[in-house]
Amino acid sequence: MDKVMRLASENGLVLFSKSSCCLCYAVKILFQEIRVTPTVHELDQDPEGREMESALSRLGYSPPVPAVFIGGKLVGSTNEVMSLHLSGGLIPLLKPNHSMLN
Amino acid sequence: MLFFSSSLYISMYCLLPDFKLSNAYNFNLTCTKAASIISSRSMDFPSTLFVPSRTMGTYEPIHQIGLWGENFKSIGSPNISPSVIFDVANKLENESETTSHELLAPSSKYDQEASKPFDKIQRRLAQNREAARKSRLRKKAYVQQLENSRLKLIQLEQELERARQQCLYAGGAIEVGHLGISGALNSGITAFEMEYERWMEEQNKQICDLRSALNAQISDIELHILVESGMSHYLELFRMKSSVAKADVFYVMSGTWKTSAERFFSWIGGFRPSELLKVLVPQIDPLTDHQILEVCNLKQSCQQAEDALSQGMEKLRETVSATLASGQMGQGTYLPQVAMAMEKLEALVNFVNQADHLRKETLQQMSYILTTRQAARGLLALGEYIQRLQALSTVWANRPHGPAKLTVENVR
Repeated sequence: MDKVMRLASENGLVLFSKSSCCLCYAVKILFQEIRVTPTVHELDQDPEGREMESALSRLGYSPPVPAVFIGGKLVGSTNEVMSLHLSGGLIPLLKPNHSMLN
Repeated sequence: MLFFSSSLYISMYCLLPDFKLSNAYNFNLTCTKAASIISSRSMDFPSTLFVPSRTMGTYEPIHQIGLWGENFKSIGSPNISPSVIFDVANKLENESETTSHELLAPSSKYDQEASKPFDKIQRRLAQNREAARKSRLRKKAYVQQLENSRLKLIQLEQELERARQQCLYAGGAIEVGHLGISGALNSGITAFEMEYERWMEEQNKQICDLRSALNAQISDIELHILVESGMSHYLELFRMKSSVAKADVFYVMSGTWKTSAERFFSWIGGFRPSELLKVLVPQIDPLTDHQILEVCNLKQSCQQAEDALSQGMEKLRETVSATLASGQMGQGTYLPQVAMAMEKLEALVNFVNQADHLRKETLQQMSYILTTRQAARGLLALGEYIQRLQALSTVWANRPHGPAKLTVENVR
């Protein structure tokens, strides 16, 4: 959990993902579409991936990935990101905090 | 199990209209004699166990058996139980004329050639009995099968009729060909289809209410209630879909419960949110500048979210395909690949849920942007659009072979 929180509190947009997860891929595409670049941590490519995954599941999202943090704060999983985007709240949230704009 | 079939055969002939009672006595004699021979040779076989059946439709009524039974009693047959009950359920029609005639023959032979050895007659009787017994069993099985099929057919016809009635009543054009038939295999699907029928009825009713309300210029407060009902009605549909997606996600993906034209426009198990907006927005003019901007932003976000999900779906297809195609082909083995693909496929449920979530969010965002009256017009437009799609499906299905003609007959 420590590693997760440490990584998550890095500034900007942080995405916990798995390279095999297609829903994570969809979220990545969405960020591409709105021209933001998240910091992506692929759990299946991280030596501590297992622990990180169980830490993320304790956050209450099933499946545990994708998990999105903005400015150190948990936004949620795909549902929350989509809702936020449709309500027009995603981009303003990213503007002061974005890591990189294409 | 040994039947006293000879008595049976003869009893049948007692029942034929042209049978003379005078002959009954001779036959009885034969029967009794045959019976005593048989029973003396096989003491451990039970005596007559026949059940009269109600299906002896083509024959004389039962009292004639009784009569014959009386005759039996009068000769005081020791070996045949007075309570003669016949199992003629599936046997009567099957008895061949020749078989019975062969049995009749022994009686006359009996009279004329008393010296003929009983063995020969015995054997023939036994053979006949065996053949008849086999025939009866086959016939019974066949009739049972027919009965089952008949019941199933009646059931299906009733379902079809019910569905048609709903269809006509609702004024929609739900194709009934697929309803309820494949669903029987999966109770989650059956439950959903039944719920969806009711949902559609309610939907059409709400459309009518909205139409009359908007024409009647009712107050915003009352209109708000209708809008809220409409919104929660859609939420109900998404809840239903979520439930059936757990049971069978492919069912939701294929949109089986919808009409063909609706399916044509289907995107991950439902309508495409951006298309929804394209249909709605022209119907809710005029919009304020602020509203136009918000709707524009919503359209864009919608499109982006759709693209993201579509590409995710494409990735899922590639992954499943690659998994299935992995390893050596040509050996006829596939279990490991199928098992791996199964795991990948579980993500499909998530995609369907995400797509429905997007649809839900789109509707809700629109309801925030629009005034009550605009929202009412929007819901009405959406409902009518779906009805048009359903009508299109019906007309298409009923089109004559040639250019489609829109006549009153083929638009229900």
